[in-house]
Amino acid sequence: MRALTWQGKHDVRVETVPDPRIVNPRDAIIQVTATAICGSDLHLYDAVIPGVQPGDILGHEFMGRVVETGPGSTLKKGQRVVVPFTISCGACFFCAQGQFSACDNSNPVETQEASELLYGHAMSGLFGYSHLTGGYPGGQAEYVRVPFSDVGPIVIPDGIPDEQVLFLSDILPTGWMAAENAQIHPDDSVAVWGCGPVGLFAIQSALLMGAGQVIGIDHHPNRLRLARDLGARTIDYRHSHVLEALMEMTGGIGPDAVIDAVGMESHGFSPDNLLDAAKQKIGIGADRAHVLRMALTAVRKGGRVSVPGVYGGFADKFPLGALMQKGLQVRTGQTHVQKYTSELLQRIMEGQIDTTFLISHRLSLEEAAEGYRNFQENQNEWTKVVLTPG
Amino acid sequence: MSRQRELALIAGAAGLSLAAAMLLRRRAEDLRRSDDAPGRTARRLDFGGYRVDGRTVTISASRADIYAQWRDPARLNRIFGGTLGLRQHPGDRFVWTIDATPAPIEVETRLVEDRPGELLAWRSVDEAEIDVEIKLQLRDAPAARGTEAEAHVAWRPRWGLAGHYAAWMQGTDPGRLCRQALKRLKMLVETGEIATADNERRDG
Repeated sequence: MRALTWQGKHDVRVETVPDPRIVNPRDAIIQVTATAICGSDLHLYDAVIPGVQPGDILGHEFMGRVVETGPGSTLKKGQRVVVPFTISCGACFFCAQGQFSACDNSNPVETQEASELLYGHAMSGLFGYSHLTGGYPGGQAEYVRVPFSDVGPIVIPDGIPDEQVLFLSDILPTGWMAAENAQIHPDDSVAVWGCGPVGLFAIQSALLMGAGQVIGIDHHPNRLRLARDLGARTIDYRHSHVLEALMEMTGGIGPDAVIDAVGMESHGFSPDNLLDAAKQKIGIGADRAHVLRMALTAVRKGGRVSVPGVYGGFADKFPLGALMQKGLQVRTGQTHVQKYTSELLQRIMEGQIDTTFLISHRLSLEEAAEGYRNFQENQNEWTKVVLTPG
Repeated sequence: MSRQRELALIAGAAGLSLAAAMLLRRRAEDLRRSDDAPGRTARRLDFGGYRVDGRTVTISASRADIYAQWRDPARLNRIFGGTLGLRQHPGDRFVWTIDATPAPIEVETRLVEDRPGELLAWRSVDEAEIDVEIKLQLRDAPAARGTEAEAHVAWRPRWGLAGHYAAWMQGTDPGRLCRQALKRLKMLVETGEIATADNERRDG
């Protein structure tokens, strides 16, 4: 089959690789009909996430048609499914509590040790990501082997176009969980850093959950326009002092909740970010945590901090004082996708949520490398890339 | 500086270092006596000439179920994942095989304790290549979470510290093999399969 493989920093290629086969009883093989490039794929593209190896097949946002099933799968050949990027067994202590991204049993034994060393515990397996999370071949390919297919994939009724449901695989539930983690009360003020796909879905979700005002922060005019179209107010950090603006826009109180939808690759020329960027460049500190620092400083006393943005390593100059002195609550984590897919599919089918507005480019799988390059270099215009194999 | 004075300084520094080391060791021993942490987590590498390692894993299953898995040779070989093998000889003799480089290591053991649902323990026979003791203990987990399965291994590495690090570098040190076996056991019991990122079966 054809698949997009990681070869090194800023070097991804579509290559011919062996087709996947059923390996375990609960597996299914999916023929991919649509797949997307995620902002967190850019962390791999930029080689700032540890544990990626040449030849790894990328991609964790995908859907397709079931073409083969193991004896333990509950799927049927021919069904259309969206596959969560988190691989979860459904049986362990964590899955039983709905904490699917903390699954104990999906990260292979051989790759758990490094994750335990870095994080203290091994997290769940993820498609198309680091070997810290299993090194599972991803979905930017013609076919994917889906483990625990009786737990993860959600069956999509015929008649709903792929593009309306594809983002159930990651960014829509990630934006939803980000808003949920912000514990939004009616009429709250919520600030969202990053108007990329996750940030935009977090804005949409926060408004659906009853926020009074949502303020999107970015520097790309097109992305800020998309945020405004959803009903958010905006701050362009190139033109305005973010902390001052947020205080003024919230009556001097500060946002009740803040959402960091940027993660480990903050932009900007602030001194802390320049230092982080230098350290990231030479590999002695993986995360550029400028946005998280700013979010902790901006949020009101006793406020809530939600972090859907991906962090992989370590950060210093961390405002622990603000966290403690202001009595903040922080919630974060890889998304427990399986917990949200049914409800969000229902909301899509009822017309409450539209996911197609952020798709800017549609390419074939063979053009994936071009998609990565543009998604990384021209973030203003390239807001979301959907790839179609075959 | 005279030669005599140099020697006196060196002797003084050595004496101070020795005293500091003894103090630190005594302090560590005092600390050991005052806490409830499992013995193998002590801040030392040497336990009377043995290395000691282990891991506890909570498995959502009864002690009887887990014990039964461990006594099933076919299941055991899946749990050991190819790096470790176990075969039973007549009587209570068991031979463990570690797939090490440059040649596999075989260790003959006797099953010295077998309390169904509670404890299995093996001890290497006198003429074995490695002096080792392996224990699997099972106890009920709190909050109805199933069973706490604890693997515990004490061994004298061949060639001492160098042998220990050689095994560690190869990924064949008994502590690591124990941890991995327990995790595979948990996967098999809780999900019916052992997770792998391979897109093809390796066992054909």
